[in-house]
Order: sequence, then structure tokens, then C-alpha cells
Amino acid sequence: MPLISPWRADFPAIDALQRQGQTYLDSAATAQKPQALIDATVHYYANGAANVHRAQHLPGAMATQAFEDTRRKAGEWLNAGASGQIVFTHGATSAFNLLAYGLEHVFQAGDEIVISALEHHANLLPWQQLALRRDLKLVVLPVTEAGVIDVEAAAELITPGTRLLAVSQLSNVLGTWQPVRQLVALAQAQGALTVIDGAQGVVHGRHDVQDIGCDFYVFSSHKLYGPDGVGVLFGRHQALAQLQHWQFGGEMVLQTGYQTATFRPAPLGFEAGTPPISAVIGLGATLDYLNALNQSAVAEYEARLHERLRAGLMLRDGVRVLGDPHVALVSFIVEGVHNADLAHLLTEQGVAVRAGHHCAIPLISGLGLSGAIRVSLGLYNDSDDLERFFIALDQALELLR
Amino acid sequence: MSLPSDAHAALETFNGSLSWEQRARLLMQWGDRLPPMSDEEKTDEHRVDGCESKVWLMGDVIDGHWQFRAASDARLIRGLVALLLARVNGLSLQELQQVDLVEWFTQLGLTRQLSPSRSNGLNAVLQKMRQLAG
Repeated sequence: MPLISPWRADFPAIDALQRQGQTYLDSAATAQKPQALIDATVHYYANGAANVHRAQHLPGAMATQAFEDTRRKAGEWLNAGASGQIVFTHGATSAFNLLAYGLEHVFQAGDEIVISALEHHANLLPWQQLALRRDLKLVVLPVTEAGVIDVEAAAELITPGTRLLAVSQLSNVLGTWQPVRQLVALAQAQGALTVIDGAQGVVHGRHDVQDIGCDFYVFSSHKLYGPDGVGVLFGRHQALAQLQHWQFGGEMVLQTGYQTATFRPAPLGFEAGTPPISAVIGLGATLDYLNALNQSAVAEYEARLHERLRAGLMLRDGVRVLGDPHVALVSFIVEGVHNADLAHLLTEQGVAVRAGHHCAIPLISGLGLSGAIRVSLGLYNDSDDLERFFIALDQALELLR
Repeated sequence: MSLPSDAHAALETFNGSLSWEQRARLLMQWGDRLPPMSDEEKTDEHRVDGCESKVWLMGDVIDGHWQFRAASDARLIRGLVALLLARVNGLSLQELQQVDLVEWFTQLGLTRQLSPSRSNGLNAVLQKMRQLAG
């Protein structure tokens, strides 16, 4: 029985790509955009661009209003309530860097930062480099065969020496939900700060930062069907108060002379310079669009599509799925076939999937692999997309074997 | 510039009108025809950095003309490398400096097969050739 996405028509690029013979199955890298976002961006540019938080004039007031509306919507999307604030950055990567530099002062030589073996480079390298700068110990939580951070091992490895825990909510390689609530609780019991990488997780289902209990939660707009160039950092009030200012410039300052200055608190104190205004406004429109969808229908559809992808791969000879994926994506290799060859022939047939190390080289190497193919789904994909992928896969394997 | 004879053969074989399956088969054939490299030769010293799959490269000069040998663990990459070797083997250092990678693969109708990462990888192979020759 075909699985038809009722939301496909809301994403004009999917149709355009199909006319170019392309089947888009790389949404975990970046997602296609809804018409609502495109309309909002056009509307902003066509009706008067203006800088935010600075000008006294009407266009400035309107842009600021729309910009701040998105801040409110992003907070609502994460159910932040009154627990904290939303800071806009230039992407998830810059949010992690903001944290790694802004929290540097809380660490003493020998302190421990705990991450996991499955982190994306964006949630590995800023901490690794901080550890090198400050002579800290980077502790790496192991991952089970199924692709889930080992909570028992974490209970041993998170110690009174742990100052910060930074882990992913949903693996971008394995498609596995991580036990973030338990890990956050373990870290908090030791008085450590907690950071959740929600870049993949935020796209699937609704999450509640108050329920997770984390100090910081990071995601990027472009994976959540929003514009690129915007990262969202949620921080609890007490945690944000520990963050030192990192980037300096326009509008983040309270008072300055030539020799000294005082700075604004969050959020504006961490948004130096002109922010990506149109993109933030576009994200607001995307969140409105997503909010209007029937969430349980989306979740159910995504689960069925994912199950079909997973089952179809399992059926094929020699295919080895990485971990035990729960949602959103499946990564796999084929015994005796180089993933670069397979990727080449899928590309030749107009199937857009990701091949390689997926910005998680230590994880991929740890699995004894040089790379893998990742098929990832958005809410606009349907069973015809999967059918085209499977046909292309079978033809590629026939040629290669 | 006069082209090596293997390059003429490549130009006669590859063109934009091939189907993707024909193109893939031909690439694999060209790759399979590369003289094998022994495991002892596949050392880190001979590895080309910057490729998405493993590529090894060695070169010898005979009377001022360069002869390269290469290997890769991926078959289609091996084919693309074989096509690059067809273009450069027998050239002098000076001629080697003038080889335009993108132009060559465009002539073969293979520009669409050169993804950004693959193009970087083949460029890395060409750079290593020039480094060995220089």
C-alpha cells in the first residue's frame, strides 16, 4: 500500500527536484522548505528590510517585532516557558562554539567534560579544543551495539569531576534516540552543566526542555525546514548567567568608552552584530506552519515511512544496517561493495543520499568502517521516493557485483 | 598540445551520450585494466590525502617522460583515476603542469560525475603527480 505524504505539496522544491529527476533523501543534512517560509522571506524583502533592535523608525519596529515573535515561537516549540531564554546564533555549530568559549571560565585544569562516542563533529570539536586549551579531560561515553549511549557506563563515568555533559538527542548517523533525560539527571547529580544537541531530534516529534531538564539545548533552523544561517540556543536562566560574552560588536553592549565596556545579558548580549534577520523571520513562518500540522499524524507517518525504509533494506542481501535506528534515517553498508561506488551509482540515478563519514569520523572509524550510506527522510517523502531508491540500489548492486 | 594515445582512446570511448549504466561499466573496465599495485606498494607514503576513498600513486620518469601507476579500493574511483592516468602518462613535467583536470573530464562528458568531493580528490591526485615530478 502506498504511503502518500499529505504535506508534500507544501514544499515546492520537492516537485522541482522531481522534475529534474532527483529523489531527495538527504533531509538530515538539510531539509527542503515550506511555501510559508518562502512567502514570509519574500514578504520581508519586498515590504521593507530594516535592522532590528536599533532603529526608532517604523520599518525597524516591524522587523524587530517579527524577529522577536520568532524568539517567542522558538521558546514555545521547546516548551521553554519561563525557565529560560532563546538566543539566536548563526547555526548550531556557532551555538556550540559560543558555549565552549563562553563557559571556558568555569573549568579548572583536570576537570572533566563528558560527551559520547556518537557525537557530530559540531558537538565534539568545540569541547575537544576547549579541553586542550584548558588541560581538561574529555570523557567519551560508550555506545551499545544498538547505537544508544550506555547509561550504565555513564553512571560510572560521570563523576564529581564532571563539569559539563554534552550529548546528542538523536544520532545523525544511527537514527537512535538517546537517553538524554537519564544522562542529564546523572550529570546534574554531580553538579555539572548539561548541553543537548537537538539538531536531529528537534525535527522529529515535540520536545520539552523543562522535561529533559537540560541547561542548554541547541538546534539549527535549516534541518527543521527553516532557513539556513540560524541556530537556536535555549538556555536556562541560571545557566545563561554563567555564560561569558564571547563575540563583541554592535547591539550587545550596554555602555562603552574607548577602554572598557559593559554588556547586555542574554539574549541580546550574545547576538553581536546584525543577526540573520530574514532567516529568523523565515524560521518563525516555518514554526507557524509546523505548529498547524497534526503532530500525531506527522509522527505516525514518519514512523511508517521509516519502517518501510528499514524493512526494505533488511530484505536485501549483504546489506548491514548500522545500529538499530528508531526514526528519521537509516545508515547502511553493503558487504563487499565500497560505499563510494554505491554512492556514485545512486547519484547517477538521481537519488540524493549522503555517503561518507557524516561528520562523525570517530564513530564511523570505531565501527571499523570508512564510511556508510545514509538515507534520511523528511515529512514530504513518500513511498514512491523509497521505491525509486530501492530500484536504484538494486541496479547499482547488480552492476557492482 | 598533443595527447597521449591512451587519451585518444578515452575520448573515443567516453562521451555525453552514454547511459549511466554504460558509463559505469566502462569506468569499471578502465579501472580494472590498471596494472595492479602490490600490497607492499600501498603504503602511507604513496597514499593520496584528500580522497573520499583510498588512492595510492607512484611515478617513474623515463627519458623525461612521466609514467604513473595508481590504485584505489573503490572501483569507480579507480576508473576515474585511470582516465586521469590516460591523460598524463608520457607527459613531460612541463606538460604535466598544464593539464586542466576539469577540462579533461568535460571532454569525456564526465563533469556530472565529478561531485565537489570527488573533484577535490582527483585534484589531489594531480597535485601529488606534480609533486612527484617536481
